[in-house]
Amino acid sequence: MQANLSMTAEVLEQHNLTQAEYDRILSILGRSPNLTELGIFSVMWSEHCSYKSSKLHLKRLPTRGPQVLQGPGENAGIIDIGDGYAVAFKIESHNHPSFVEPYQGAATGVGGILRDIFTMGARPIAAMNSLRFGPLDQPRNRQIMEGVVAGIAGYGNCFGVPTVGGEVVFGECYSQNPLVNAFALGLFRKDRIFYGKAAGIGNPVIYVGAKTGRDGIHGATMASAEFDEASESKRPNVQVGDPFLEKLLLEACLESMKTGAVVGIQDMGAAGLTCSTCEMGGRADTGIEIDLAKVPQREEGMTPYEIMLSESQERMLLVAERGREEEIVRIFRKWEIDAVAIGEVTGDGMLRILDRKAKVAEIPNRALTDEAPLYNRPVAAPTPTSPAPAPPGALSMDWGKLLECFLASPNLSSREWVYRQYDHMVRTNTVQFPGADAAVVRVKNTRKALAMSLDGNGRYCRQDPRVGAQLAVAESCRNLVCAGARPLAATNCLNMGNPEKPEIMWQMTQVVEGMAEACLALGTPITGGNVSLYNETLGEGIDPTPVIGMVGLIEPLSRLRSSWFVQEGHRVVLLGPLVGGARGYSSAVRHSLARLQPLRERGADVYSRWVSRLPCPPLDLDLEVRVQRACREGIESGLILSAHDCSDGGLAVALAEMGFSRDGAGTLGAEILLPRSDEVGEVLFAEYPSRILVTVAEGNLAALEKIAVLQGVPVTPLGQVVPDVLSVRSADSVVLERSVASLEETWRNCLGGFFADPL
Amino acid sequence: MKFGVLIFPGSNCEHDAYHAVRKVLGQPAEFIWHQSTDLRDCQAIIVPGGFSYGDYLRTGAIARFSPVMGAVRRFADRGGLVLGICNGFQILLETGLLPGAMLRNRGLKYVCQQVSIRVENVRIPFTALAREGDVWTIPIGHMEGNYTLDAESLRSLERNRQVVFRYCAADGEITAGANPNGSVANVAGICNARGNVLGMMPHPERASEPLLGSEDGVRLFQSMIRSRS
Repeated sequence: MQANLSMTAEVLEQHNLTQAEYDRILSILGRSPNLTELGIFSVMWSEHCSYKSSKLHLKRLPTRGPQVLQGPGENAGIIDIGDGYAVAFKIESHNHPSFVEPYQGAATGVGGILRDIFTMGARPIAAMNSLRFGPLDQPRNRQIMEGVVAGIAGYGNCFGVPTVGGEVVFGECYSQNPLVNAFALGLFRKDRIFYGKAAGIGNPVIYVGAKTGRDGIHGATMASAEFDEASESKRPNVQVGDPFLEKLLLEACLESMKTGAVVGIQDMGAAGLTCSTCEMGGRADTGIEIDLAKVPQREEGMTPYEIMLSESQERMLLVAERGREEEIVRIFRKWEIDAVAIGEVTGDGMLRILDRKAKVAEIPNRALTDEAPLYNRPVAAPTPTSPAPAPPGALSMDWGKLLECFLASPNLSSREWVYRQYDHMVRTNTVQFPGADAAVVRVKNTRKALAMSLDGNGRYCRQDPRVGAQLAVAESCRNLVCAGARPLAATNCLNMGNPEKPEIMWQMTQVVEGMAEACLALGTPITGGNVSLYNETLGEGIDPTPVIGMVGLIEPLSRLRSSWFVQEGHRVVLLGPLVGGARGYSSAVRHSLARLQPLRERGADVYSRWVSRLPCPPLDLDLEVRVQRACREGIESGLILSAHDCSDGGLAVALAEMGFSRDGAGTLGAEILLPRSDEVGEVLFAEYPSRILVTVAEGNLAALEKIAVLQGVPVTPLGQVVPDVLSVRSADSVVLERSVASLEETWRNCLGGFFADPL
Repeated sequence: MKFGVLIFPGSNCEHDAYHAVRKVLGQPAEFIWHQSTDLRDCQAIIVPGGFSYGDYLRTGAIARFSPVMGAVRRFADRGGLVLGICNGFQILLETGLLPGAMLRNRGLKYVCQQVSIRVENVRIPFTALAREGDVWTIPIGHMEGNYTLDAESLRSLERNRQVVFRYCAADGEITAGANPNGSVANVAGICNARGNVLGMMPHPERASEPLLGSEDGVRLFQSMIRSRS
């Protein structure tokens, strides 16, 4: 091996390794590492690959259930959906690359998560993404958003996976730190699952896919550091995606899996060849020996260090049954993709890297995976804020005008400008178009459909990370229930700041605690996910933003419900409380409403300013469970004809949205009579959870009320569906009255208005 | 009627087209690999949507050189039915089986949405079951659907009734607002002079079941089947 270099503090810092971590490397190897080995340790022990700050806490999440076929630890989680079918799904962050280079950062985020799915043998049938940007009045934020959306579209559309939903949120804290979390879901037969295991001593290790280049070297380490002014110079660390090649790789992988000659397979994502070799060996308790001279390379003169750390996209590592390599190589050749045996599985548990037969690195696999450092970092709760003052007296304001202002907020308006750029229909399974509470794709040849939703709420988690995380899980489940689904399991992405700060670690422990509580209550285990830390720029951290990706089953498909009014004359009913219990929240809502006067003119984002001042609303998990159960029962018994989750923007916004047409074809409104005339503002705009607006035929109201009462759920008939107008009255007066078409225009044109777009 | 669905590297709507003709319409169907020159006795060929060869260089520009396209050209010359959808339409343009070319959408962005199209010519095998002026709801999904043609050729195309579909408002009126991509004369689909080769940007296979939001695409496939029975 090459001479050991002297490890200066500078070299360690470049590799994001601490002195203590370096000492640990010395004791594992019993000698000094060479530069290649140091690079290998640095990526595998990075926060991104090792979860060293979060792992101890993540263990508290529920991960088991009869529906779970594969929990955390593999490329993706897998759940059973019955009749021999299973789905693999996962969410992953690509925040840091998307800030440095929005288009490629987002595109390769999509590419990476798709590979995680098809490496298990599942064909991706749906993608979603959760995006957070700074306010759009700043040109830099518009530029990032335009690039990210185009990158997702460019990759997903070409690959041929429908991007069926997700979320887009704007907040000041994401200005220098956008969040790009990509989710994908794939379908397969449950007896055709492939794992990332290098089993069978002597089996060949085959490299397939794109050639290795110098792009993305140290991407994983970059994703584990904060940004400073020099981040612009990190652009070469961002990889470049080729969705066309990935599409070919998908087809070739699935075809080669059918031969029965594939023993194990894993994608080369973060930390590329390093991660795939040692993880596959680690899982099977074997060693791997490869010769870098055989690795297909795009450039000449690449060093072992560069080859091992390259994050070139669209590559996979595959272990085949000995003697059957040719079958696999032939399939890849048909798809015009490189497939080269670069080494074999060994019995000694070592990752051994050769370069033209000369040994250039030798490290025990387990040292890189299971034995990576784990930190129980210090935790400190922030000092509690003072309680809210007593509520003000009755408020009087132009509630119709306030609703208009809310609907014109980038945080509440139509996402059509975004999803119109995504092919959301390819594969002809999309039975609920984007814009509904949940995305729904049917499963061909069955009576099943899969509902899915991505939800997060950084602003609540900032106020109370534990309840905020519970709210995210609850909302995600509620969205699925509104579509007629039974929530089955979830994947999560924890986007947080610097874990070396005790208050950030406190946020993480609270988020995990809240998520665990809510997932237990709702019966939805977490089957995997991703943690993205160091989301800070110039010392400013983001709000703690856990994002939940929930997957549920609709069966039979006739239970599918949309969130729009169906027909004039139907009754509009609220399941759940009209206002919640907590005095502190209630009082804060009314205070901040009072402070909104006078309403600013159009253009100012009244909603986002308002909501940023609000505390986290209270959540009664037990009530939440019962509300969702009542809604499911109402749908399963055929009573509920449409259902809409009442969350961001409160009851008034939800009522307006139910009237908006899917395609601008026609509008329905509602005549609402509020049962109480005090606190009108709070009833209409507060964001109390555990509330679902539903519609039923006139004659079925009593039956629905009976279901709700049996579940112990408050139920309030609010009015009925009428053409064209949304009107709200209380006992003695008209609270608001607006044409639905004009509200819809305001809502529909907001986002597009920020971008110079002739169409 | 036996349908052949071509597969190029990067095709991604081939399974959707196959599903529509095989499962929804109950017709025999077979995939045909781009390297093949044997059309397997198919009576109609579908050139499906997607991103053949990644749409690198220019949409359809590389796929036109595939061995299978030579066979498709001979098949079309003998009067065989050829339907190009989206990227398939772009490939037919590059192959020269249909006149004109595609520019990037006027808005410079990919557009995926339901649109209305008006049926302009019902005297060809692809629309025989429709009535002139019918309005179909059918989705589009493309970046390069801005059809263009020089003025003289466009006049000849119009004269020969080769404009088969135009983007229109829900009531059938041809308006600038209903044009999603800037296509000349709101053109959404055209045929060759003989009427046996049709290229269209909207996806009939995505509008072939009520669950998907529209069944209007079925009438196109049924017309094809009827024409040869």
